[in-house]
Amino acid sequence: MTAQRPSPPAEPGSAAPYEQRVPPPDARGGTARNGGAPPHFPAPSQADIDEAIGAAHAQAAHAAPLDHPPRDFPPYRSSALRHPLASPLPLRDPEAVELTGPVFGVTDVTALDSDLTRRHHAEPLGERITVTGRVLDRRGHPVRGQLVEVWQANASGRYAHQLDQHPAPLDPHFTGSGRCLTDDEGRYAFTTIKPGAYPWRNHTNAWRPAHIHFSLFGDAFAQRLVTQMYFPGDPLFPYDPILGSVTDRAARERLVADYDHELSVPEWSLGYRWDIVLDDPAATWCEEGRA
Amino acid sequence: MTEPTRAAPAPAAMPLGPTPSQTVGPFYGYALPFAGGGDLVPAGHPEALTLHGYVFDGAGEPVPDALLEFWQADPAGSATGAPGSLRRDPVTGEAAGRDGVRFTGFARIPTDADGHWMIRTLAPGPHRPAAVPYLALLVFARGLLHHLYTRVHLPEHAEALAADPAFAALPPERLGTLLAVREAERRYRFDLRLQGEKETVFLDFPLEPHQPVAAPVPGAR
Ligand SMILES: [Fe+2]
Repeated sequence: MTAQRPSPPAEPGSAAPYEQRVPPPDARGGTARNGGAPPHFPAPSQADIDEAIGAAHAQAAHAAPLDHPPRDFPPYRSSALRHPLASPLPLRDPEAVELTGPVFGVTDVTALDSDLTRRHHAEPLGERITVTGRVLDRRGHPVRGQLVEVWQANASGRYAHQLDQHPAPLDPHFTGSGRCLTDDEGRYAFTTIKPGAYPWRNHTNAWRPAHIHFSLFGDAFAQRLVTQMYFPGDPLFPYDPILGSVTDRAARERLVADYDHELSVPEWSLGYRWDIVLDDPAATWCEEGRA
Repeated sequence: MTEPTRAAPAPAAMPLGPTPSQTVGPFYGYALPFAGGGDLVPAGHPEALTLHGYVFDGAGEPVPDALLEFWQADPAGSATGAPGSLRRDPVTGEAAGRDGVRFTGFARIPTDADGHWMIRTLAPGPHRPAAVPYLALLVFARGLLHHLYTRVHLPEHAEALAADPAFAALPPERLGTLLAVREAERRYRFDLRLQGEKETVFLDFPLEPHQPVAAPVPGAR
């Protein structure tokens, strides 16, 4: 590969166009982003995807449970060309740079950043909610003073992103991104609106369950986590290959928040609780003073 | 009240089960990238070096929606970092950029429509005596269900890297994927290949095996 500009990214054949949104049925050609690439034919049906997810879960039931999704998960079609074939090389150096990590402080967030409903001149549409919980390491120690970032679709299931072509309304009073630092007990809290479910192009009639994207830092770069929080009782769970990529049932349930009536504010908002547990590299486990 | 379709949370068993990873998806662009995210040092800094490259998928196509994060020691080898990577203007709430003085050690940069990225930084120093210096690199992308770690070494450390027992299992061509290429004075190229023949070597930091440890911490669930 030379340094010259590569040709515009063509949508790779079999896995395209992944998460591009479904255009309205009368739309000609593709979305703006996929450059008019024709829809993938034949798109798998929901039944095809269900079968593949079921097979993966059945197979996983006979092996040691995995905490994280396998990077190669065929029902999530865009994983096809984006997962390495070789296993990662394990490193056990207790002084690795990855066992330290970036630090953030009061300059990096403003007080308003944790309230996604107050970023514009008026209130967004939707069901006002608060989401709170603790960021912990696997020993249950709080992760203190670390950055938590969130992003989400609006109440109609539309992202404030120009590549999102879902024909649902944008909300001029909602962008859908926020950040905060955890407190001394590892606690974070956001005020937002409940995001809507949305369609995507993984397969015919593919819909994502409502979710909030989360990005988390631990004390070590090796604890980094990007994930998605789901809402309890969503009927779309069994159809979704992204949630379903977590093949262990108990691990999947850890992605679902609890509705907590104690957190609901009378005549104001509904409350959800979701605790997040970060991986601990073995090399940090016995090292005192890290927590 | 427990939601009926979920099992009631079990009493906290140690170690706690980690929260699973999920893909960053395609729409993080208005949330995670920040102004000057790749500028660890200001333009014109006499010691600045440019590190850039492409991200390719298994078909050799550029990946236009990857997000890269770097974490590194400063030139003296200190990996303590500093706050202020995402500094906000308290008046507008908008990203204000780093203060240009403190070296935060952290960069975040999305690939552009060409699958290209670029950062401006300082060469990392050895984080312990005789250590081979490197930039830790984390890759997120739509289609990637769990992020990937790798390392960028500058070519002047190629011999030291080849002698590092941690990488002894790698044949030379695989090891070469962890080396940036010098393109010009103070400019280096580092391409990432997520899959295939010249696939980048990715790294793993093994986790503590599941085994009971200390009593549950109050409030932990
Ligand atoms: Fe999403």
